[in-house]
Amino acid sequence: MYAYDEYDQSIVDARVEEFRDQVERRLSGAMTEDQFKPLRLMNGLYLQLHAYMLRVAVPYGTLDSRQMRMLGHIARKYDRGYGHFTTRQNIQYNWIKLADAPDILAELATVQMHAIQTSGNCIRNISSDQFAGAAADEVADPRPWAELLRQWSTFHPEFTYLPRKFKIAVIAADEDRAAMRLHDIGIQLLKRDGVLGAKIFVGGGMGRTPMIAHEVKDFITADHLMSYLEACLRVYNRYGRRDNIYKARIKILLHEIGVDAYRDQVEAEFAAIRDLGLDPPLAELARITAMFGGPDFDRNAPDIVDRSDPDFAVWLDQNVAAHKQPGHAIVTISLKPIGGIPGDASADQIDLMADLAERYGHDELRVTHAQNIVLPHIRKADLYAIWTALRDAGLAEANLDLISDIIACPGLDYCSLANARSIPLAQKIGERFAGRQRELGELKLKISGCINACGHHHAGHIGILGVDKKGTENYQLLLGGSGAEDVSLGKITGPGFDEDGVVDAIERVTDRYVELREADERFLDTYRRVGMQPFKEAIYG
Amino acid sequence: MVEPITVNTHAGATLLRFRDDVVHDEPAVTLDAFLGQTNATAVRLEAGDDARELLPHLGQIALVEISFPTFRDGRGYSAARILREAGFQGELRAAGDVLVDQIPPMRRCGFDSFAPEKPVDAATLTKLLALYPQPYQKAADARVPVWKLRHG
Repeated sequence: MYAYDEYDQSIVDARVEEFRDQVERRLSGAMTEDQFKPLRLMNGLYLQLHAYMLRVAVPYGTLDSRQMRMLGHIARKYDRGYGHFTTRQNIQYNWIKLADAPDILAELATVQMHAIQTSGNCIRNISSDQFAGAAADEVADPRPWAELLRQWSTFHPEFTYLPRKFKIAVIAADEDRAAMRLHDIGIQLLKRDGVLGAKIFVGGGMGRTPMIAHEVKDFITADHLMSYLEACLRVYNRYGRRDNIYKARIKILLHEIGVDAYRDQVEAEFAAIRDLGLDPPLAELARITAMFGGPDFDRNAPDIVDRSDPDFAVWLDQNVAAHKQPGHAIVTISLKPIGGIPGDASADQIDLMADLAERYGHDELRVTHAQNIVLPHIRKADLYAIWTALRDAGLAEANLDLISDIIACPGLDYCSLANARSIPLAQKIGERFAGRQRELGELKLKISGCINACGHHHAGHIGILGVDKKGTENYQLLLGGSGAEDVSLGKITGPGFDEDGVVDAIERVTDRYVELREADERFLDTYRRVGMQPFKEAIYG
Repeated sequence: MVEPITVNTHAGATLLRFRDDVVHDEPAVTLDAFLGQTNATAVRLEAGDDARELLPHLGQIALVEISFPTFRDGRGYSAARILREAGFQGELRAAGDVLVDQIPPMRRCGFDSFAPEKPVDAATLTKLLALYPQPYQKAADARVPVWKLRHG
């Protein structure tokens, strides 16, 4: 894992001091709320329906046990005893007092954490593959590149007042576990003639106008990655729309001028800046990469697992993935218990996960964009002990990628932008399908409480969008989206439903799927083969 | 220069300058007007103007003023860098809705003169300018990025 040196630490410490001063100026009235807003937002502090919400960055979703325990400590001391893991691999706290925020940041800084750029119209937390460093199918660990990007984007002087927020993801495998092509910039590492480089996609995103990112550069090597990205961002900063907040993301710029014109402008900009010495030397990437060397694996770890406990075997089959190292496995801890709030974890649960990582998992944890937690390096021989501990803490739901493994935004229970509640609906769906979800197989269901799409509904095999219909909450159903390597955007089935109605409609969709599926086809594959019509008939008669 | 010099212009505006040459007090003309004549030495760029159009003429320009219609409009940061990257040595002034917290990143983008609509608090500015010991990136100023300190 990356460890701060004196430079990194001094920057994060300075940020704490700067924010403390900004809060004091706000509380004294020296700054208006309008002037304070972009400053607090660049530090992840939102004003929600009931209180301030603080979003803490988890760069590329990677944590050690000490950092994880700090997240539990903050939940206990400054919030109501829990935190909420987000689709940007971050954590947010929903009940924060403004006056406490500087102290929270100071505590985070003691474990090399911060809330820098977790909101605002700037480059946000860099996201990555939660299986990085453990997956058998990666060409390299993408996280050193993500860390290089974290440093480059932190307080970038030119790109702090962009037209709109800017999200970047880095992956290094053919299987896309990070929804890379639904980012403003998606980076896929690959090797060409033995050299590691990056393919750059630009202009993806969800929100009210979902788009899939276009390939803009087929290969760029590490020694010019930063200057190339500066060119990508500069074209956007200069020409992205600022007249309408809903048309301000880079995807709209690409849509309006076309990908070829955008690429030409970026190339012209890149030609002007590539030799200005903006890129860190390759020695910097090498320095960072050395810190991600991976743990010292037990080479004699046995490769067999005792499956005699049937409940354990179910969890093993659902939540445990193959590891590149023999005798090891990747564990995903579901934060989607039936009837629970997707992505929430109590301070005690956070501590327990930290303990397991420290004891069994080479001290590493990951947050996934699907709002779960991963223990990436687990000996197979330890899986049963881990499962037992998780079960006792209510963390052993065996539902990874099943219909109850729902991504949901906070919705109208917390968010001032929402039109409808997401959490109670997720709870109802979990309860309705708990008994038969395994029979339905992989089925990614995602719920957003408004068209901003924080719950990724466009990318759900089944997506739900909450809208306001003449003062009542109404839910539209979408089918056929995917955020993975087979990326696609869902389509609306037809007229919307009330809360119970949409659960009934999902049941009719899944019943029809079971009738139609061939062999072990996933729901998404069946939908792609037969199209919308059979499902429309099932829903609307 | 680390600390700005406060200067009052003939027009009555208050300038914060990080350069000690004489203030160029010729009124700036618009980009259109500048491109249409050859003897102006001060230009004002609106946020949407293309700074690249000035590049063939940098040798004759003593002052470029870049407008910030609202503090949220970040286009001027890129315009400033483009001018500095092309070698512009004259005065680069940020004018309009410029807030005290924005002056440090603007300095990094190459601005060395500020004409904020509302006065900024000098003590706050001094504190902010000294806050970050070193930046992560190379930009248009002389500050040395962390990667350079690490690797020489």
